[in-house]
Parts: sequence; structure tokens; C-alpha cells
Amino acid sequence: MKISLFFYVLGLSTLTVIIKPQKSKAESISAGEEIYNDFCVQCHLSSGEGVSGVFPPLKASDYLFEDIDRSIAGIKYGLKGPISVNDEIYEGVMANQGLDNEEIADVMNYILNQWGNHYDDQITSQRVTNTSELKLE
Amino acid sequence: MKKNTSFLIALFFITQLGCAQDNPPYIETPEQIDYSFEVVVDGIDIPWGMAFINFEEMLVTEKSGILYHVKNGKKTEITGLPPIYVRGQGGLLDVALHPNFSENNTLYMTLSANTEGDEEGGNTSLYSATLTGSELSNVTLLYKATPNSKKGQHWGSRIVFDQEGHVFFGMGDRGNREVNPQDLSKDGGKIYRLNLDGSIPEDNPFVNEPGAKKAIFSYGHRNPQGMTIHPQTGDLWENEHGPQGGDEINIIKSGVNYGWPEITYGINYSGTPITDKTSDPNMAQPFYYWVPSIAPSGMAFSTSGIYKDWEGDLFVGSLRFEYLERLVIEKNQVVKREKVLDKIGRVRNVVEGPDGYLYLGVEGKGILKIVPNP
Repeated sequence: MKISLFFYVLGLSTLTVIIKPQKSKAESISAGEEIYNDFCVQCHLSSGEGVSGVFPPLKASDYLFEDIDRSIAGIKYGLKGPISVNDEIYEGVMANQGLDNEEIADVMNYILNQWGNHYDDQITSQRVTNTSELKLE
Repeated sequence: MKKNTSFLIALFFITQLGCAQDNPPYIETPEQIDYSFEVVVDGIDIPWGMAFINFEEMLVTEKSGILYHVKNGKKTEITGLPPIYVRGQGGLLDVALHPNFSENNTLYMTLSANTEGDEEGGNTSLYSATLTGSELSNVTLLYKATPNSKKGQHWGSRIVFDQEGHVFFGMGDRGNREVNPQDLSKDGGKIYRLNLDGSIPEDNPFVNEPGAKKAIFSYGHRNPQGMTIHPQTGDLWENEHGPQGGDEINIIKSGVNYGWPEITYGINYSGTPITDKTSDPNMAQPFYYWVPSIAPSGMAFSTSGIYKDWEGDLFVGSLRFEYLERLVIEKNQVVKREKVLDKIGRVRNVVEGPDGYLYLGVEGKGILKIVPNP
């Protein structure tokens, strides 16, 4: 009896996780736009072009697309130069912004699909959870 | 032909309206450079605040939440800090020593905090604490802005003292410009004045205003990240980030409204206007405003005479253009602006040390000392 109750509860909670409505990609992008305009726009600008030599571009950025998980790690843990973006060296520091994993997924979806950028998959908060700091080494 | 001319004239005016005009005097690159720099503390990503204990010892804050005690370049992490809410532009901000530090070992810190624990987000707070060796005790919350917010923007902050037993600290508008800076019943977008024990001075400007936050000294600020006391007049000088264009230097007076966001020389990051007003009879004009924005942080007067021709000049860090800016002031006007250590990195802070040298906090580098050539 106890065991069947256990499996009943387990099954129910698994179901809850599965059917928990996940944000659509469009919803995530829209939430990401808000995060972008709060945390990112001062440096990377609303055009996503950044400032040459000071703040790297996100628009058509080779660094961004070369390794998506490395970019996720950069937001999650903070990123320190030198990094090379579109053949230019950036030596600055991007501090850890204190965003939670869902916020990081949202802002990544926004960045990856703005200013002519395009990325088929949707970044999920699970993927952000799984991203380790080792990606930055 | 006539039509053409009037079209061109119209186009000229539209263009003039469309882009803000650079505000003179224009920044200059010095012809002759008779100074260099030394790194005195390295390995600090965002050295937000610094305070000298004596010639060899100083305290340095790292925005991510570390307070360092530095002696002859060697860093030790200080323990016992209150919990810090690190988000966006917030974290551990400024540190300053009690005017009587040599006797009471008391320091002040501004930081982003969530002390309530029951609502998401955080807001700017002022703490005092006693420093013993590399340990803090008697950690006391003197002021905590409310409500908490998950916004990442505009926490301020700098701490300075006057000669009359007051501590001043600034706070940005917390990314909520329509609500906070012009409302005296709300925190954010203000300069505050407290007694050194955290109590409210009886002669604060709004102590008798119903509903007002009694600690407010001035209001209508966007994001103050530089403050210093003028070495001769004793006035409180402040700089603050404007939006795109419209960074300001203000001389802070009791009860005065500095106008944000009702009046500004800046525009939104998106290029759209915030207001068409740059002045209002009930609001103070800035002492100077920067167009384009330099993203100012830190503020110090050079008083020592160590550097050739710099005595009495004002120094402000530029995060955006990555230099220290020297402003020459004559007859209450900025008459010259000059780049010092161009391309050095994002200059977060500038302080005149007890030895008379200028010390910079530079992001990704640490603390730099400007040394005149022999």
C-alpha cells in the first residue's frame, strides 16, 4: 500500500513537471528583450553593435555563435578578456549580472534572434543549469 | 532654386534637432605628457571604492562582494561583511573611513542589499562597521532604501563626510525614473545626509515635510557615482550618469531639485527624446554637463601640487572612453578638459591619497598611481 502510494505521488509529480507549461520561444525572446534593456543595453547598445574595441558586438558576432554554451557561461559566471570578436581583441570585464538561469535563457534567445542573428533551437533554463564555468577555460 | 535653399535650411534645422550638440570645452589630448603610472594593487576586476588608512594601507571594494585590506600592494580579504545582493550594476559599492577612524576603527560601506528577505530584489543600503585586523564587527545597517527591485540599474553610490559630523551618500533612480527621483516619499534618485551614527540631522531639508523620507538632502538625480568635498569651499560636488548625453556635475545644496527626469541634456539610449526641457525655474542647472556622455565615475580634486599645473583641478573617471578626465575650472566654469592616461581601461574611481598622489580604480587592472616624471 505504502509503495503504491509512493509511486502514485512520484508519477503525479513527474507528470506535473512534464506538463508544466514551458515558455514558447517567442515568449522567451520577449522576456529576454526586457532583460536586455535592463542589463545589457548600456554597453552592447540597442543596435547590438557594442563599441568597437571596448564592448564587443553581439550582432553578427563570431564569438557568440562559435560556442553557444561558452556564451551562456559568460553571462552566468562573468567574462574577462582578452577575447577575440570579429577579428578585434577585447580586454574588458563583463561582471556576473546576477541573473537567474531562466533570465539567462531568455536574454540568450533574444540576443540569438535579434539584429539579423538567427538560431534555430530555443535555449532552455535547463541548458543554462547544465552549463559549467569550465566552458570559459 | 529658392525652394531648394529653404529645403536645405529646413534639413539643417532638422539635423540640429536630431542630434545633441557636443558641449564645450571639447576634450583635448595633451601635447606633452610628463607623468606615467604604476600598478599598486592588481587582480581586482571592478575596484569600485577605495579608502586610505595611511600611506601604506588602504581598503578596496570589489563590486562582486569582496572588501580587501591592502598593505604595500598585498591583498587580504576582510571577513564579516553583511550579505550582498549582486545584480546588474549593484553589488559592494563604496567604502569610506569615519573621520575619526584612527581612534574608533569605524568604516562605512554602501552596497546592494535585500535585508527583508521576504521580497525579491534589492536596494541600496548604507552600513557602518568596526574593522579589527581583517575582520568586521558591529556591522550596523544605517539606511536601507525600499522597496526592493529586481532592476539591475542605478544603485549609485559614493560616501563622503563634511566637517560638521554628517555622512552623505547617493543613490540612483533604480531604473524607475517616472516614479522615484521627483517623489520625496520614495527612495532612489537622491543624495542623503545622516549623522555619523545614522540618525537624521534635525536640520535636514525635508524633516517637516509630511510623508517625505527625512534622510533626503537633495533629489532629482539619475545615478550619482562620484562625490567629493571641494577642498576650499567645503561644498559637496557630485557627478552622475545621464542617459545618452547629459552626464552632469552638480554642486549639491540642501533641498534642491536637480531635475531628473523633468529636465535633462540627454536622450534615451534608443535615440528618442525624454523631455524637450533642459531647464526649469524650480530646478537646478548642472555646474557642467557632458555631451556626449563620458560615463563618469569617481571624483577628486588635486590639492597636493605634486603634478605640474594640476593643483585645484578636478578629476573624473570615464568608464566609456577609458581615460581619466582632467577639468580645469576658472571663475566657476569648466574652461578646459583633457585626457589623462588615454585608453587605460574603464576608470571606475579616482581618489587623492594622503601622500598627495592620484590613485585610480581601473576595471580589469586594479589600483593605479599616477607618477610625475622626474
